[in-house]
Amino acid sequence: MAALLEVKGLQAYYGQTQALHDVSFELEEGGITTLLGANGAGKTTTLRAVCGMVRTGGEINLGGKRINGVATEEIVRMGVAHVPEGRGTFVNLSVEENLKLGSFVQRDKSRVQRDLDLVFNYFPRLKERLQQQAGTLSGGEQQMLAIARALMLAPRLMLLDEPSFGLAPLVVQEIFRIMKRINEEEKVSMLLVEQNAALALNLADHAYVLETGNVVMSGPASVVKDDEGIRRSYLGY
Amino acid sequence: MAGIQKNILWAGIVVVLAVILPLIPGVSDYRVFQLTLVLVYAIALLGLNVLTGFNGQFSLGHGAFYAVGAYVAAIMMDKWDMPYYSTVPVAAIVCLVVGFLFGLPALRLEGHYLALATFALALAVPQMLKHKSIEEWTGGVQGIVIIKPDPPFGLPISQDQWLYYFTLFVAVILFVCAWNLLRGRTGRALVAIRDYHMAADTMGVNSALYKSLTFGVSAMYTGIAGALGAIAIQFVAPDSFTILLSITLLVGVVIGGLASIPGAIFGALFVVYTPNIASDISKAAPWAIYGIFLIVFMYLMPTGIWGGLRRLAALIASRRGSA
Amino acid sequence: MDLFIQQVTSGLANGAIYASVALALVMIYTATEHINFAQGEMAMFSCYVAWQLIDWGTPYWIAFFAAIAISFAGGVTIERVILRRFHNAPVLSLIIVFIGLLVIFNSVAGWIWSFIIKEFPSPFRNLDTGTTLVGPHDLGVVAITLVILTALFLFFRFTPLGLAMRAAAQNPVSAKLVGVRVGWMLALGWGLAAAVGAVAGMMVAPIVFLDPNMMAGILLYGFASALLGGITNPGGAVLGGFILGVLENLVGTYLIGNDLKLTVALVIVVSVLIFKPSGLFGKVRVKRV
Repeated sequence: MAALLEVKGLQAYYGQTQALHDVSFELEEGGITTLLGANGAGKTTTLRAVCGMVRTGGEINLGGKRINGVATEEIVRMGVAHVPEGRGTFVNLSVEENLKLGSFVQRDKSRVQRDLDLVFNYFPRLKERLQQQAGTLSGGEQQMLAIARALMLAPRLMLLDEPSFGLAPLVVQEIFRIMKRINEEEKVSMLLVEQNAALALNLADHAYVLETGNVVMSGPASVVKDDEGIRRSYLGY
Repeated sequence: MAGIQKNILWAGIVVVLAVILPLIPGVSDYRVFQLTLVLVYAIALLGLNVLTGFNGQFSLGHGAFYAVGAYVAAIMMDKWDMPYYSTVPVAAIVCLVVGFLFGLPALRLEGHYLALATFALALAVPQMLKHKSIEEWTGGVQGIVIIKPDPPFGLPISQDQWLYYFTLFVAVILFVCAWNLLRGRTGRALVAIRDYHMAADTMGVNSALYKSLTFGVSAMYTGIAGALGAIAIQFVAPDSFTILLSITLLVGVVIGGLASIPGAIFGALFVVYTPNIASDISKAAPWAIYGIFLIVFMYLMPTGIWGGLRRLAALIASRRGSA
Repeated sequence: MDLFIQQVTSGLANGAIYASVALALVMIYTATEHINFAQGEMAMFSCYVAWQLIDWGTPYWIAFFAAIAISFAGGVTIERVILRRFHNAPVLSLIIVFIGLLVIFNSVAGWIWSFIIKEFPSPFRNLDTGTTLVGPHDLGVVAITLVILTALFLFFRFTPLGLAMRAAAQNPVSAKLVGVRVGWMLALGWGLAAAVGAVAGMMVAPIVFLDPNMMAGILLYGFASALLGGITNPGGAVLGGFILGVLENLVGTYLIGNDLKLTVALVIVVSVLIFKPSGLFGKVRVKRV
């Protein structure tokens, strides 16, 4: 199967500081790949690089097409949905308005209601809170809203940055279950950044471990999960 | 040689140049008058720079303090027959107090709100100056005419040249004082308040007091400039001190270089000479040229002339280093 | 009593103009966190464009809408061509750029149309209001302003584009992540603000007569209204405009006389700001340490 996302020798810079030195990985169509590593390893930066939010060197290919230097909003229009760190919800807008923004780029307006129904199927709680101001939702609900909004974009690829952050374990489990369903039912490929390695390795098929801007380890998720040496040295458990 | 010594050397060279300039044959009295204005604006801009550049408090209203200083000088010389040199300390004290008093309520305002309050002040002052109730002091709309002082001790120089040296003398003192102030603890406190607004208090800096005092000192400098300017121009009237003056001062500070002492001099040169250059380029719409100038300038040299020069110097130094 | 009512109604008309300018300022501020100091001069320039069209024989309302369209295009162009290069510049640099724009518009207007005062027609002159308490033009001004405010409100609240613009202003990063072209949203905001300003200019010109310096005082009142209402609150800014318009008239008539009414009105605004720094209806910005 062709790789949907191919990253080769990626470098990334915040101003003069180089945050990524040499990151290479691949994401197969329909797969879930996770990027793991300690704080400051460069996981979030990698997602930002894929979205064109930071200055990059090296190669980023989406569906065979080079996207280095392309503006973020154009990359989004190519089918990439990013659920950022901190959710990125429009806190002053209602849940409905947040979701509607997700369909802003949707050419086919008749799809919008269909997509909304789809989203409510996955996240019934959002339907209950449709007119509520997004900033007043609980952490878990905001995370659901963020993923739902990404889903409204009908993306090929979803980037998720620490979806478990700050959420209670039961809520996290529910969200990860839904993510698995979305991947299987909607055929959305996912690139997942997570601090919670165990959770991520359960969901993903492939894993890459980053350390200070370099990929230090990679392999199928099942292998990484069972390798105690790797877990101890890189993942802290 | 050490940084400070280099600065002192440069300052010395500039002062010597300044002293020699009017004595060069061929430099007309009018040119000397223009140079005096450059010094006047340099003092005013230094005052504004201390407040806005170093301390981060916006003022769109410094024209008001300039006007107060100017009128103090005019009233003292015209109505009370006081000698010109006595007007400077009086203008200084009056503006220090007025500035400090204005600074107190302004403490609560920040950014745009402070800009509006100072803007309002700048607009209010000409209106107040025209008001009938104080007309016998201010001369109303017609203003006050001042007689140019003669050089003392029968020195063989023209009135314009003497005024230039007097202004230069005051300017040097003021610049040295500012430099000392900003170099030490006070300067660091001001910058701390500007950059780390909330943290400054936790660092033991009484930001409320500093901010009000800075307003006062800033107003004092600009007021002194106003007094000197009035003496040089020999005339004050409400319409000389419109909002345009306040805008010009702000422009001068940013173009010269925020938070820099030499910036005040470059800004003053810009303020005095650019309108002439602009009208040379276009008789019909000189201010349009001025406006285009401003925009292009901000794009190319956002740190002002002084910032631009420093970048150039750094570039040259690094080239030399690697060569 | 009649005098009082007349002062109030003409105050409301003036207030409508201040409200429009205030709204334009708030729109740009919300999107960019910058105060467009050139707003007044842009409005004045738009009014001259309308005047020129009328002078060439164009009927009033066609000139009116043409001026609005041209101003809209002008606003978009200014943002895309000039301001876009200053997106990350420090505040004071931006202020200088706005001052530059202000000066350019003023100077070019004076150059093309001279500084001689001109008359600008009011489309409401022959309207019969049925009472001497409200002048026909004043009534027209308030009506037009309310129409525009309503139209803008509906646009921002209920259209997808309006939603996208609000999103871009509130959270540009997230807006990009849903594919909103934030740069163009900014340009659109500028276009709308310029259009609103154009209306304000054309409404005030019949009252104060058209000359390149006509908007300076009005800009200040617009600014003061916006701050009075809370710089981030469009509804508050509009209300602030009406309040200030009426206040100005009442202060001028009953308190100080017209010489100092500018001063006094401003003193009032500044005093309000001392006690309520975010304005009457503004949100208090909680700053996290």
